[in-house]
Amino acid sequence: MGSYFDGSAHSRQSGPFAGGEGGPERTRIRPPAGFMDWPSSSFADFLASNSPDLLPGRVPLTPGGAADSPALRDLPHATTIVAAICHHGVVLAGDRRATAGSMIAKRDVEKVFRSDEFSAIGYAGSGSVGIEFVRLFQVELEHYEKMEGQPLSLEGKANRLAWMIRGNLGAAMQGFIVVPLFVGYDEDADQGHIFSYDVAGGPYEEQRFHSIGSGSVFARGSLKKLYADDMPVADAVLACVQALYDAADDDSATGGPDLTRRIFPVIATVTADGFRKLSEAESEDYAQQVVQERMTMPDGPSAPLRTTS
Amino acid sequence: MPFGYVSPAQAMRDKAEYARQGIARGRSCVTLQYDGGILLMAPNPSSALHKISEIYDRIAFAAVGRYNEYENLRKAGITYADITGYQFDRVDVTARGIANYYAQNLGTIFTENLKPFEVEIVVAEVGTRPETDQIYRITFDGSVTDEPGFVAFGGQADQVSAALKERYSPGMSLTEAFSAALAALSASGNGERSEVAATQLEVAILDRTRDHRAFRRIRAARLEELIADSRSADAKSAPAPEAPPASSAGGSAPSTGSEPATGPDRGNTDRGGGVGGGNTTPPNPL
Repeated sequence: MGSYFDGSAHSRQSGPFAGGEGGPERTRIRPPAGFMDWPSSSFADFLASNSPDLLPGRVPLTPGGAADSPALRDLPHATTIVAAICHHGVVLAGDRRATAGSMIAKRDVEKVFRSDEFSAIGYAGSGSVGIEFVRLFQVELEHYEKMEGQPLSLEGKANRLAWMIRGNLGAAMQGFIVVPLFVGYDEDADQGHIFSYDVAGGPYEEQRFHSIGSGSVFARGSLKKLYADDMPVADAVLACVQALYDAADDDSATGGPDLTRRIFPVIATVTADGFRKLSEAESEDYAQQVVQERMTMPDGPSAPLRTTS
Repeated sequence: MPFGYVSPAQAMRDKAEYARQGIARGRSCVTLQYDGGILLMAPNPSSALHKISEIYDRIAFAAVGRYNEYENLRKAGITYADITGYQFDRVDVTARGIANYYAQNLGTIFTENLKPFEVEIVVAEVGTRPETDQIYRITFDGSVTDEPGFVAFGGQADQVSAALKERYSPGMSLTEAFSAALAALSASGNGERSEVAATQLEVAILDRTRDHRAFRRIRAARLEELIADSRSADAKSAPAPEAPPASSAGGSAPSTGSEPATGPDRGNTDRGGGVGGGNTTPPNPL
């Protein structure tokens, strides 16, 4: 009866989800009763305090690291992602291959996602952890937007992702490496932005274009020659598809357009109209265009040797 | 701090009475179905402090009463929804689940705390078809009611509800539903009607056809347009003695002549809408 007379005597421990009595692993801040009075608008913060088991990359520590164990080597890995800033927006595209060691694990995997209305995320690295990261990041952005009544700034989103990646550092040391590529449209500046990361976080803002994953070296070289400042969206998409083709040409872990199974790159644009994933048909059009051109010029378009002045 | 013995029955009655009075002091809020989804409307002079919000993809929240209390519940509901959707799948988050969650919490607070929450909440979910739409009303003591079609709550809920019932019919268009909601909110005690300006209204819809996130606020130009549409529809359907409905519609009430046409009960502070509005109630004793 004490609870009636002194108001909230037991309210801290009542309600659903109030968290059981803290076991040895639950030594952090106890979550507030029934999610009430929680001070932060971050979903990931809430998980870290309330249900840390739900965070991505929670792997048991193996002494000496597991990076070279065959079990880890044979987990599916996602490969190449490219991004290019275009006229009042940004393009993000990824190939469809996932590899397990030297084997192709999956031909039609998707590595490019909508993170919110004005941003997109792609990842390279461990497939399972990457999927969880993307899901958590999507919820994180939406959660903040709903809690605060307005979305995070683009830099805010990029910083948040860096914090989440850093949280995965322990797992990355064990071999569960995930590196995202984050792109977004800044409504105030009417401009696209690209942010890259390393396993310890970031973000590093990239100018013009960027690429990550196993085929990134080839894709970036290709984009370097094809990219022009302030390209129209359609041109930037084509440049990204060319770059992915070049990556697939030289990197065994990157998949090229699969004409027989009709599997083509996943392409997303983020502009003033928001996030848009190109339809299968649109994506096929771009891929077919590149493939047809390569029938006559297998190495693709060539850049002029001298810059004309 | 209560002194001496108070019977549990008396304590509960007192608390219920206290909460009811607090809720009745504010203004009403309405939620109703239309052919393309669910419409939520509340008089709210603030454009920043919301009474109506998004909870999840197809679920909205509307509340009346004390701002700090329902804001707390709103945030808790979002966290509950997001954690459920993250743990399982997005389709596993339902209005029923959230209504139950609120009922649990409000019930616990009502029983255990000295001061009950002075709030009333509606959780609405838009389905793929009108038959699968759900509207739940949760009161301060944690009781849940399933309200098919429409609901008015808070303030003079009975009068607003009666006015809404008169005008509501299943399968209304958005304009018709808007008009019905506006008329119901404008109906005050003695049957008079006052005009509500766009800046005084908070309106949102759950749009059945929208992918992913169905919740959308109706603001500025679109809101003005709907208000104008509903007024012209009113003028056509009910040829009132006073011809232009835009003029002060205080026909039968002599006292409203000089008042700005802002809402039904100007004297009552709407605590959902303003930061300084809470001074008519005793401070939270906790």
